[in-house]
Amino acid sequence: MIQPHGGTLINKKLPEIEKQKVLEEINEFEKIQIDSETWKVIKNIAFGVFSPLEGFMNRNDTSHVLEHMYLENNVAWPFPIVLDASEDELQNISIDDNIILTDFSNIPVALLKVEDIYSYDKKEFCNKVYGTLDKNHPGVAKLFNQKEKLVGGEIFLINELPANFPELDLKPIETRVLFKTRRWNKVVAFQTRNPPHLGHEYVQKAGLTFVDGLFINPVMGRKKAGDFLDEIIIETYKELIKSYYPKDRVVLSTFETEMRYAGPKEAVFHAIARKNFGCDHIIIGRDHAGVGDFYGPYDAHKIFENFPDLGIEPLFFRSFSYCTKCNSIVNDKICPHSTDLHKFFSGSKIREILTSGKEPMPDIMRPEVAKVILKYKNPFCE
Amino acid sequence: MPEEEHKVEYTTVSIPKVLVEKIKNRMKGTGFSSVSSYVTYVLRQVLSSIEEEERTKEAFTKEEEDKVKQRLRDLGYID
Repeated sequence: MIQPHGGTLINKKLPEIEKQKVLEEINEFEKIQIDSETWKVIKNIAFGVFSPLEGFMNRNDTSHVLEHMYLENNVAWPFPIVLDASEDELQNISIDDNIILTDFSNIPVALLKVEDIYSYDKKEFCNKVYGTLDKNHPGVAKLFNQKEKLVGGEIFLINELPANFPELDLKPIETRVLFKTRRWNKVVAFQTRNPPHLGHEYVQKAGLTFVDGLFINPVMGRKKAGDFLDEIIIETYKELIKSYYPKDRVVLSTFETEMRYAGPKEAVFHAIARKNFGCDHIIIGRDHAGVGDFYGPYDAHKIFENFPDLGIEPLFFRSFSYCTKCNSIVNDKICPHSTDLHKFFSGSKIREILTSGKEPMPDIMRPEVAKVILKYKNPFCE
Repeated sequence: MPEEEHKVEYTTVSIPKVLVEKIKNRMKGTGFSSVSSYVTYVLRQVLSSIEEEERTKEAFTKEEEDKVKQRLRDLGYID
């Protein structure tokens, strides 16, 4: 099976004996409160989804990643994973301190060994990560709301964030054991933040044709307004798999992380996370992890040329449509007919049809999937 | 090997007096000759179990695999 990124599957769960000790002395630590999305980052670091990261990036790694998309130790990583904090929060905190990160109800989440406290240039971050300063970009808007300092250091998980879908919350060690048990030597990952239409099904099955198993791994976390609710994505996939997929060839599991909409860089990030889950291939479609028209439709394909040492192999798919002449799903490389004969899998058009309470045609979306969405009064994030 | 080549160096570690008394009570009837030898033994055991946990982060052990398989069975991923 493919090795974890950087060679080691990171485990930063605080051993029970040390956890008890920390909890006994909890009042002696300085604390910083974090939100649930940061808790997810900590969980992903602790269970190896973000291997080889062992904590929040220090200044050196952050500037290396911004400049080169590589960590200081020469392992590929597309954008900084950082913890922001205010001057007030850092008033009594110094380098080499051990501090506790808590949630808003003061549940201890993790121990952080403070290695670095540093300033950063938000404009530089936005330009280098998102390629824009436009605050209409959700990643840029979020970054400009971040606090003024960054804190780097190793983390040790104390308490795990309860998963919204515990039965689908598999850690990398679990997916790796699962793939081994199923004797899957080659596994293709599919990243998604949408309920499936027939174009998705086509690329997933096309990818699966060449490997042993398909790992459908929807992103669960903060998304922009107008994106589908997490529960709809899960329910529609369960329905699709039940009716149209060979059960022993597919695994549905969640990836708890927010969407950053960093387009090509996020495609690389998605690939690294799926490599850590044990996948050696990943499907990268048109405008992967993009938003609006901030990125070119195939920028997320081109960026992989910069990472010959990534380990996981991207399978690039172009835009698909349904050709009424071929009576099948096609792309511009395999169909000779005019686009006038094509029905496109347009997300916004499908949303429009569903919002009007109608089912999209069955050559665009499976009726079973459409019925699940139509059960909801408002299927979208607000 | 000559005696002087494997001479172990020692240092002093401070622990609360209350804990020393507890250890002395615990030591009664055991083969430990001093609080230091008892504490050394316990620390070696604790560190070894932590190091064992850390070693398994590279590849899962049979024990971990069996534990994970049980969870996967409970969740319906495997039979």
